[in-house]
Amino acid sequence: MNELNSNKQPSSLFQHGTLTHHQRWRLLKDSLASKAVTFGGLGVIVAIVLIFFYLLYVVAPLFGSAEAKSISQYNVPEVNAGKTLLLAMEEQNKVAVRFTDQGKVIFFEVATGKIISTDSIAIPENAKISSFSQGNPITGVVAYGLSDGRAVIAKHAYKISYPNDKRLITPVIEYPMGKEALLIDSEGHALDKIAIRINEDGTIIATKTQDNRIVLSRYTKEESMFGDETLEQTTSVLESVTMPIDYLKVDKEQQLMYLASKEGGLSVYNIANTAEPKLIEHLRVTNKGAQITSLVFLNAEISLLIGDSNGLVSQWSLVRSDSNQKSMQKLRSFKVSDSAVVSINAEQRRKGFMIADSKGDIGIYHSTAERQLINENITQSRPEYLTQSPRANGFLLQTIDNKIHFWTVHNEHPDVSFSSIWKEVWYESYPKPDYIWQSSSSSNDFEPKLSLTPLVFGTLKAAFYAMMVAIPLAIMGAIYTAYFMAPAMRSYVKPTIELMEALPTVILGFLAGLWLAPFVEAHLVGVFSLFMVVPIGVMLFAFCWQHLPKAIRHSVANGWDAALLIPVIIISAWFAFAISPMIESTFFAGSMQIWMKDTFGVGYDQRNSLVVGLAMGFAVIPTIFSITEDAIFSVPKNLTIGSLALGATPWQTMTRVVLLTASPGIFSAVMIGFGRAVGETMIVLMATGNTPVMDLSIFQGMRTLAANIAVEMPEAEVDSTHYRVLFLAALVLFLFTFIFNTLAELIRQNLREKYSSL
Amino acid sequence: MMIKEWFKSGSPWVWLNAAAVSTSIILVVGLLFLIAVRGLGHFWPADVVEYHYMDNGKESIMIGELVDTSVMSAKMAKESGYKLQDNADTLVQHLIKTGNRDILGMDFRWIQQQNIKSERLPKELITIERREWGNFYGRLTAVKENGRVIATGEKVWTAVQSRIDRAHKIYDEIEHIQKKQIGAINYRLERLRLKQRSLELKGKWNEELAKEQTQEKSELAKEYQGYQAQAAILYKEINRDSILAKDSTGIEKEIPLKSIVHLIRANNMGVFTKIITYFAKFGEFISEDPREANTEGGIFPAIFGTVMMVMLMAVIVTPFGVIAAVYMREYAKQGFTTRLIRIAVNNLAGVPSIVYGVFGLGFFVYILGGNIDAIFFPEAAPAPVFGTPGLLWASLTLALLTLPVVIVSTEEGLSRVPKSIREGSLALGATKIETLWRTVLPMASPAMMTGLILAVARAAGEVAPLMLVGVVKLAPTLPLDGNFPFLHLDRKFMHLGFHIYDVGFQSPNVEAARPLVYATSLLLVMVIIGLNLFAIGIRNNLREKFRALEGM
Repeated sequence: MNELNSNKQPSSLFQHGTLTHHQRWRLLKDSLASKAVTFGGLGVIVAIVLIFFYLLYVVAPLFGSAEAKSISQYNVPEVNAGKTLLLAMEEQNKVAVRFTDQGKVIFFEVATGKIISTDSIAIPENAKISSFSQGNPITGVVAYGLSDGRAVIAKHAYKISYPNDKRLITPVIEYPMGKEALLIDSEGHALDKIAIRINEDGTIIATKTQDNRIVLSRYTKEESMFGDETLEQTTSVLESVTMPIDYLKVDKEQQLMYLASKEGGLSVYNIANTAEPKLIEHLRVTNKGAQITSLVFLNAEISLLIGDSNGLVSQWSLVRSDSNQKSMQKLRSFKVSDSAVVSINAEQRRKGFMIADSKGDIGIYHSTAERQLINENITQSRPEYLTQSPRANGFLLQTIDNKIHFWTVHNEHPDVSFSSIWKEVWYESYPKPDYIWQSSSSSNDFEPKLSLTPLVFGTLKAAFYAMMVAIPLAIMGAIYTAYFMAPAMRSYVKPTIELMEALPTVILGFLAGLWLAPFVEAHLVGVFSLFMVVPIGVMLFAFCWQHLPKAIRHSVANGWDAALLIPVIIISAWFAFAISPMIESTFFAGSMQIWMKDTFGVGYDQRNSLVVGLAMGFAVIPTIFSITEDAIFSVPKNLTIGSLALGATPWQTMTRVVLLTASPGIFSAVMIGFGRAVGETMIVLMATGNTPVMDLSIFQGMRTLAANIAVEMPEAEVDSTHYRVLFLAALVLFLFTFIFNTLAELIRQNLREKYSSL
Repeated sequence: MMIKEWFKSGSPWVWLNAAAVSTSIILVVGLLFLIAVRGLGHFWPADVVEYHYMDNGKESIMIGELVDTSVMSAKMAKESGYKLQDNADTLVQHLIKTGNRDILGMDFRWIQQQNIKSERLPKELITIERREWGNFYGRLTAVKENGRVIATGEKVWTAVQSRIDRAHKIYDEIEHIQKKQIGAINYRLERLRLKQRSLELKGKWNEELAKEQTQEKSELAKEYQGYQAQAAILYKEINRDSILAKDSTGIEKEIPLKSIVHLIRANNMGVFTKIITYFAKFGEFISEDPREANTEGGIFPAIFGTVMMVMLMAVIVTPFGVIAAVYMREYAKQGFTTRLIRIAVNNLAGVPSIVYGVFGLGFFVYILGGNIDAIFFPEAAPAPVFGTPGLLWASLTLALLTLPVVIVSTEEGLSRVPKSIREGSLALGATKIETLWRTVLPMASPAMMTGLILAVARAAGEVAPLMLVGVVKLAPTLPLDGNFPFLHLDRKFMHLGFHIYDVGFQSPNVEAARPLVYATSLLLVMVIIGLNLFAIGIRNNLREKFRALEGM
């Protein structure tokens, strides 16, 4: 063949002598065609390779690190208006706000520090500001506690308008609870610490007074019969707090209150009933010698991030244990720096957070992924205040020398890491670390659980049960077809079984889900007794056949035994189902499912692994059968004839000579079959409940990688983390099957060479 | 002793192996049989049974078709909370299709054999297949015209026949006006809007064009009103007749003829009439649109969509597959790299189809489609044209998926062409391309056909990737219609395989839809097995041919 492939041969005929126009045209055509075919052929091959690289291209950004870029640096606007209590940015990264300890509010341009407008909080004349805190950052609410036991609640908001088709952002200060100061402490002591949360149901304000009492006030809107709204106030006072309180927090669900001291003491109160706060737990949250330097909520306000003077940030959350007891647990901790953590700022829409340490280093982390995305030095002077924009694509850092640094951040996929995809992760409000796939969510508060492990587990489980069904049937069938069956029968049997391969899997899946699953549920014992009764029936028949008169035995030609067995199998299968009610009532007290549940505590899903195993096993049989049959059939005849001539029985020849020689071929058949089972989508999609559980039980369902892609891909937002993780699942499938098939193919090619040398 | 020896001889194991083959055969044949029986049974006009039935101590009458029967052992039944007579061994239950969803609220009911007092097959019972609310079972009492009763008693049946035919004819006309003619006007209006937007974007929009367009629009509006008026007349016509029918409980219901698809008296039909009805229903099944969220009616759009997609795919995959195979077999240097490529191509056939779907969605739809939209269809923004799943992308994805099949098969065909033929042609002075084009490729063409048919068979049955790149449960329009440019590659389409998945698993009324799914499955299986048998036939034919050549 090789010499044919060089196109010099024909052209050399025309090399000498004169070429007619026609001949030249022919030569030109030949070379053009050669180029076109080469180009087209290579193009097709490149297109195929493209699949792999495209998948890789989509997946790659998941593991890329984040980037931060310095944009500008300027002096703190209106330095004389007081010390910064809060810095915040709006959605578009255009306008920032600075709240000061003199009750001044300065709105300025993020990029330049140019003042847009200034405002003052409506502080009553005879009172002084004694404390300040921010509500949930998303709401923009702030609270000023006053020296006379009153508080003022304000809110920064941004109105967007489009005069002349240009976006104009107008910042304003609003008073959600009214401009009038609210009386919190009826005894009129100064409020040392204050915390506030506002939601649709009402407002909660927690304060610590100068004389060490905790005053809790909840305001709920009550609508009277005439549609007037009045504020109902519930108040309670905790007197018995002995610990010094440096941090006071209330979560946005208004269920829990956290009190913490610098020394590391943390008390958690249940304040669902405002009138009666209950202490849940008091514990120590820092290591010896460390002091709490920063304490904030992670987004969704289920966990606390606690930074200490040793540069450690730990995530704590109230967790329900197995015995239904709630306690604070350290989910994870990050060693972010060697020096003290100055400021922690949680992202508003993801589970990420940012820290600044006393040396001027900043770090961006993601809690679920336990990943450090950025660690960079920004300034030589000590940071004072750190804030991220709502979209977490920029941040402002104010330093002690009254400078503000503005940086932008490119950080698209912080929530995925090797450990969050493959290892156990301790998710918020889960009792312990676990493998969980739960991707969809409607709110930003949801912690995406993107562990592929349960999906890979489900894939392998489904494939395993399918192989349990397929391997014996396919390989034994292939042995018989290739070696014992009459050629005439073989020419019918082989195409028939190969035809199974062409059956659309959607039909198999539909039958498995709507016909087989209810059938198996109703005849569970019958299905299991099939595996016992049918082989026994066949053996019995064979034994009896042996002793029939020769005349009858010889009436069936050699190699047609399989045809003889068809009625035997049908009858014994019928028998298996016929006796199953009896077995069920004798051994399983009438119902196997109930018996299993009572005896072993094993639950039964209608669409379970057994059903998938049967249906997918059916789909894989032809693949394995066909390759195994080829491998056995092409074992050189001289080997078997030699063996038989030496006096071995056909079965001995089969097991000792033929199977041994063909074993690599059979192995590759099994691998290819396995590859097919792993990638099968429709059967699993339709025959299981698609719940991503990790359970080995044959009576439970699973969710496989392929089915997961089919279910979630259409809803995944393009280029989101979820989308890319699904691509990762596809890439895993691709690589897995590709490697398996390549290995199998290499083994087969080697085998072919071996045969040809025999 | 004897048994021990028997085992030693190995023959029981041989028998067991034989049993494995037999089991596989039983499974295949049994599966096909199951689909065939359930699928074909769907169209048979079933008898309508009248049951007198004890319902919580009260005797009631129920009319319907017997669908299924289940037998449960007495013990299990008692455990599940059924009340049984003391001497009963089993609990026999029947699933009855009672229809009349608008009256009863459900289509199906399980009843217990022990509670049935009597069952009869009265000849006058009618089955009405309706356009909405499913079947109606009951007795025909009167025919009305313009709200006036014109026939009762014996004369009803003859009176209603011709009126139904008339209603069908009018219904078809209305459908034609609404779908075809008004649809075309809407399509043209949309094109005008896009044209205007496109010109505006280019800055070429001016007064004159605006005037022209207003003119065109007003013409279309006039046309539209014309059709509306026509339709209004037809509506009035079709609303003329109605029938009165009594259900099992004696409630009389007025059913307008426009909502009747079929009205039969199944119990009164002879076998021959039943056969005719059977084929008529089968014909409707493959030629009509689905009704009632796909659970009734035909599957024509799904057949059409499947065929369109597969044809487009074949057009794409054949040249590329053949060129790649020719390159690898005839032009590329045979060596390690070619071997590697061959293995890679081979293995791509084993890559899960869903992976191709993911690739198709990401690369074809979002990247290619998105860019095509940005360059060629800026006027349609923000609505995507090609930047959304559709026929073209589905065909391309499946072409990629089936490419290995065509390549492998063509290569096999090329390798079977004897060397002597090539050498003979070259020796006679033909160039390489001439040798290929005139001798080698024609001889390999059956192999290409085989590859193509196998590819088509695979594509027709593939569902998983299509779910991502363009299939929908209900497409409002076919991808091919009378509106310019006739073939709408950007449209979404329906597909038989997806139809099975969707109706079987996502439909609100799975029980009612089940026979339809079996019928659809049967159709799909028949198409695919037919294609495969065709391919096998060609392959065998090809082998024979070359066996003869090798002897030369």
